[in-house]
Amino acid sequence: MIMDPTTRQTAVQVTGLTKGFGRGDARTLALKEAEFNAYEGDLQLIIGPSGCGKTTLLSMIAGTLIPDQGEITVLGHKLHAMSTAAITRFRRENVGFIFQQFNLIPTLTLVENISVPLLLAGTSVRQAEKTADAMLDRVGLGGRGKNYPRQLSGGQQQRVAIARALVHDPRLLICDEPTSALDRETGHQIMIKLRELARKPGRSVIVVTHDPRVYEFADRIAEMEDGRVLRQLEGAAIANATL
Amino acid sequence: MLLGDRAKFLMLLGGVTFAALLMLQQAAVFCGLLTWTTSHLTNLQAKVWVVEAMVEQANELKPLRDTDVSRVRSVTGVGWAVPLYIGITNARLSDGNFKPILMVGLDSATLVGRPAIMLDGRLEDLRKPNSIVIDDLALQRLKTPSGIPPKIGDSFEINDIEARIVGICKADRAFFGYPYVFTTYDQALQFAPRQRKMLSASLVEPAVGWTAEATARKIELETGLRAYTQDEFYWATIRWFFKNTGIPISFGTTIILGVIVGIAISGQTFYTFVLENLRHLGALKAMGASNTLLSMMLIFQAFFVGFTGYGMGLLAAVGFGAGAIKRGQPPFVMPWQLPTGVFVLIMVICLLAALIGILKVIRLEAAVVFRG
Repeated sequence: MIMDPTTRQTAVQVTGLTKGFGRGDARTLALKEAEFNAYEGDLQLIIGPSGCGKTTLLSMIAGTLIPDQGEITVLGHKLHAMSTAAITRFRRENVGFIFQQFNLIPTLTLVENISVPLLLAGTSVRQAEKTADAMLDRVGLGGRGKNYPRQLSGGQQQRVAIARALVHDPRLLICDEPTSALDRETGHQIMIKLRELARKPGRSVIVVTHDPRVYEFADRIAEMEDGRVLRQLEGAAIANATL
Repeated sequence: MLLGDRAKFLMLLGGVTFAALLMLQQAAVFCGLLTWTTSHLTNLQAKVWVVEAMVEQANELKPLRDTDVSRVRSVTGVGWAVPLYIGITNARLSDGNFKPILMVGLDSATLVGRPAIMLDGRLEDLRKPNSIVIDDLALQRLKTPSGIPPKIGDSFEINDIEARIVGICKADRAFFGYPYVFTTYDQALQFAPRQRKMLSASLVEPAVGWTAEATARKIELETGLRAYTQDEFYWATIRWFFKNTGIPISFGTTIILGVIVGIAISGQTFYTFVLENLRHLGALKAMGASNTLLSMMLIFQAFFVGFTGYGMGLLAAVGFGAGAIKRGQPPFVMPWQLPTGVFVLIMVICLLAALIGILKVIRLEAAVVFRG
C-alpha cells in the first residue's frame, strides 16, 4: 500500500544528471540530464533496455560514481557537493547493497560476510558476529553461520546478501538485478522480502531490473531509454502500462 | 581474504620463503668465506701486525728480514714484539702421500699467537724438539689411507724432518682449506725450505698508555714497514677480497637474484590476487570501506606472508647452517646484522607487492561492482 504522494518524504532526488565515459570521439554519454525521484516507503524499480543508463544512475544514487553534471540528493545529503570521504562515510551509514552476483566474499563464512558492514561501522567483532547470527536466522538460514558461500544455493546466497545489506539497518537499499540469477520461485520470495523492507518507516528500496516478472511488486517504476528517464509510473498506472 | 585463497597464499609463502632462504644462506656462506680469509687474524690474535710495506692482506705475507723484529722493538710505543712465521708447505705422511699444510711458527719464549683452545695435549710441549700442534681440520686432512686420523705421538715429515704431534687444537679454518700446524718460530725455520728472508710478520703489543692505532702509526713512521691493528688488517683483507676476487660478485648476484625472485613471485601473485578479487574489493568499497582501510588490509596480509615466509626461510637457513657447521663446510657465519637486513628486505619486498595491489585498489571505482 503506497502512501499519499503529497505526504511522503523524498528519499532520492535527481536533477539534470549527466555522466559520460571515455574521451574525445570515443566519449559516450550514459546519462543525459536524467531526472528521477524515489520516496520513502516505496519499492522503486528502474527498468529499461541494456545500455540505457540504469546501472549508471543506480551507481550515482549509491554514491559510487561521481556525476559530470547535475544534482543528486539522497536522504537529504547533496552527494554532488560532498567529498569522496564524506560520500564513503554516507554509504557506510545509510546504504545497503544487494548485487546481481551476490558478491559474498568466498573466503569468509556467512556470519563473517554479514558482519562486514557492522565492522566497517566500527562495531566490535563479537557484537557484529552476534548481530550477524541473528540476521542469518531472520533470512531462514539459522545455524549455518559457519558455512561458506560456496556451500549454499543461489537463492540462499542472495538471502545472505540481503542479510548483509540489512544488518546495519540502512535507510536506503540499492539492489542491482537481485533476481536475475534466481529461479522464478526464489525471485518471487526475494521480491516479497524487499517489499516488506520498503514498507518500514523511513526506508526506501531501489531496484534495477530487466526481469518483467518482478514488476508486480513495484510501487513505482522509472522507465529509462538512451540515458534519460522516459516516465515514472505508480499505482494503477503500472498495471495499465505496456512495459 | 588472502589466507582463505590457499593456493595463492601457499605460492606467495613459498616465494617469500625461497627468497629469504636464498638471501640468508648465500649471505651467511659469503660471511663464512670472509671469516676464512681472515682466519690468521682470528687464530693468532695480536693487537698490531707489522708486515712488509707492500702487504695488502693477511693471506699474502711477504718476507721480512729477521732484524726487522729488533727494529720494531726499538720503536717508542712498542711494549714487546715477537717474530712470526706463516707459510704453506707439504707434509709427507707415513704412507708417502704429500698433503699441503699451513705452518705457523710462534715465538718460542712466549708462544704469542698460540691457539686459544687446546682439544688435546699441552701447548708447552711445542718447546720440545720437532714438536707440532695440529688443528682439528688436520684430523680429517692428514688421515691415513685407511681413514685413521692422526693423534698425539704420531709423526710425519715436513721437508724431510720428522714432526711429532704433541697437541691438537681448535682453529678457524683458512681460506685455502689447509690445516694449521703450529710450531715454534725456530722450529718452523728448520721445517720450512730455506729462503734469504724468513720472517713473515712481527706481532706487537703496544706499550702501556699507547693505543694500537698510535703504536701502528709510530712503527710505520720509524721503520717504513706496514703496521696494521687487528681491526685494520681484518678490513684491509676483506676489502682486498672484494676488490680482487669474483667472490662478492658471485654471491651478490645470487642474493640479488633472491630479491628479484622474491619481488617477482610475491608481486605477481599478490597482483593476481587483487585482480581476481576486484569485485569483492569493489563491494567492500561500495559498502563504505575507505581506501586507507583496504590498503591497510592488503599491507597486513602482505606483512603476514612476509613474517611467516621470513620465519620459514630463516629456519631453513639455520638448519642448513647447523649442517654446514657440523660438516665443517661450506663456511657459514650469520652475524645478527644478516637476519636483520634480510628481514628488512623481505618486508620491503612484501610492501612493494602490496603497493602494486594498493595502486589498483585506490584506482578502483566502487561502481565496478554494478558492472556485469
